[in-house]
Amino acid sequence: MFSYCTDPSTLEGLSWLSCYLTTGKHVNLYISVFVVLALLAITAPVALLFGFGAASAARSKFLPLRWFGKGYTSIVRGVPDIAFFLFFVIALDQAFEWMRHKVKCPDWDQPIRQGIDFVVCDVAKLPLSTSPQWVHETYGFFLAVLTFSIVFGAFAANVLYGAMRAVPRAQIETAEAYGMTHRQAFWRILVPQMWVYALPGLSNLWMVLIKSTPLLFLLGVEDIVYWARELGGTKTARFTDYPHPNWHVWYFAALLVFYLCFTKVSEVVLDRVMKRLTKGQATAGGEAQRKAAA
Amino acid sequence: MSCVETIQAYALRSLGFGERLLPRGEYTLCEHFTLIGSGLIWNVYFGALALMTGFFLAVALAVGKSSTNPLWRKPAEWFIFVFRGSPLFIQFFFAYACFLSLKGVSSFFDPFTSAWLGALIVLFCNTAAYSGEIFYGALLSIPKGDIEAADAYGMTGWNRFRRITFPTMLRLAWPAYTNEAIFLFHATTLVFFSGFPAWRQQGDALYYASYFADKTFNPFVPYPILAFYFILLTLVIISLFGFVNRRLNRHLPQERRKKFRWRPNLIR
Repeated sequence: MFSYCTDPSTLEGLSWLSCYLTTGKHVNLYISVFVVLALLAITAPVALLFGFGAASAARSKFLPLRWFGKGYTSIVRGVPDIAFFLFFVIALDQAFEWMRHKVKCPDWDQPIRQGIDFVVCDVAKLPLSTSPQWVHETYGFFLAVLTFSIVFGAFAANVLYGAMRAVPRAQIETAEAYGMTHRQAFWRILVPQMWVYALPGLSNLWMVLIKSTPLLFLLGVEDIVYWARELGGTKTARFTDYPHPNWHVWYFAALLVFYLCFTKVSEVVLDRVMKRLTKGQATAGGEAQRKAAA
Repeated sequence: MSCVETIQAYALRSLGFGERLLPRGEYTLCEHFTLIGSGLIWNVYFGALALMTGFFLAVALAVGKSSTNPLWRKPAEWFIFVFRGSPLFIQFFFAYACFLSLKGVSSFFDPFTSAWLGALIVLFCNTAAYSGEIFYGALLSIPKGDIEAADAYGMTGWNRFRRITFPTMLRLAWPAYTNEAIFLFHATTLVFFSGFPAWRQQGDALYYASYFADKTFNPFVPYPILAFYFILLTLVIISLFGFVNRRLNRHLPQERRKKFRWRPNLIR
């Protein structure tokens, strides 16, 4: 990185550290921070969308749709979330391959599950064994995002379902008295008003989402935990210019601090958003704000 | 092997008793149920011990955080912030790395690098922080009248805490504490995925479930079995805590009792 880094064995102190922290592998570590941020940026809206869909399905008048919504919202109850992460990654992968198999190889006559093997025809493999490395990595990341979205969608559905029920019944009745249809009342009255009730739950969910990003490591994505483990291990002079003993403690301490800062900043920002949203609302929080101002 | 033989061979496999080699080849449903159930022993061990020991530290933290003396308040606040603000997964990794380097200093730290003690300590601190925050919230919402009544009777200090503050705090916090207990048991599944090695393949329920899923490429059998066990465990926890809740509320009329409400949004 820097010009004086050509011979690390002559360096000492801070200049050694500055060279050490800018090696190619460390740059990978910094990039993986953005992988985590990208995961958060994609998962949060998608999960919210899934949650919204499921929460409205759970309120539907059509029975099978309601069953689907209720079933989806309750899958997260009682079972460890990490089990879902491990389950969905394999299950989604196999579901995609199976669907492609059905489409691309219709005249395949052998069973797909042969004993303990899962066999699909070659052209149905995902990603194709001929495709370059970045396709494999992107596919892995895509599966991880989908898994996160499904699990957190179920969490969000719980929150939004509660928020929809928390909107005062009189609001809907008033809308109906004005002659609005069911659909109009839902979109024009219920949806705009439910956010203030949903926000405490959703901000909690955001914190949970931040804190669950290290699980990416379990899904096989090269995230910050992966690189911290990789870089922190003992390095001998034979394989690297920067030999050092086992430094896992420092790397994980850095990750700990990173997450602490991240959650703290989120907390402060979400507090502000909540203050803005409760302004003028007919809730206990809004009432307290009004009294404090007066 | 018949199913009874399988149970004899593998029911205590996670503790190191019975058959040494894990089953191989075609896995029967019975083997799935037995091994995953055997792993559940570890989940119950971690959860129950961390919960029981963590309870005391949690009460201390809650009292500390509500103290007016910054000497007590600041450490409690920081402890709660650190353990609630960071992912449990990273805490496990960090603690394991710490214990590993301490092991080099003194052989006293040898047992700390194995899951039964090292992971238990992390879970103990973690649940203490989460429940400490719950208890702190309950301390703040104790009705003013209760404390005033205690003052009027001349109760002070330890006497007032033991007879009035503590029981009321526990009663108000109990429904939230039930949730905490459930999610602590769920969190125990992280232990063997986070640095702590599963010695001689003696792991917890999720360890064996993912073992089966890796070997058979079929997630649709082991994970639902795991789910079944955990739903069972959750129901046991809810009924046990419900029993305590009824006892804590027995002096109150029916409509003023605090009910358990499911709040399923807590991964750590």
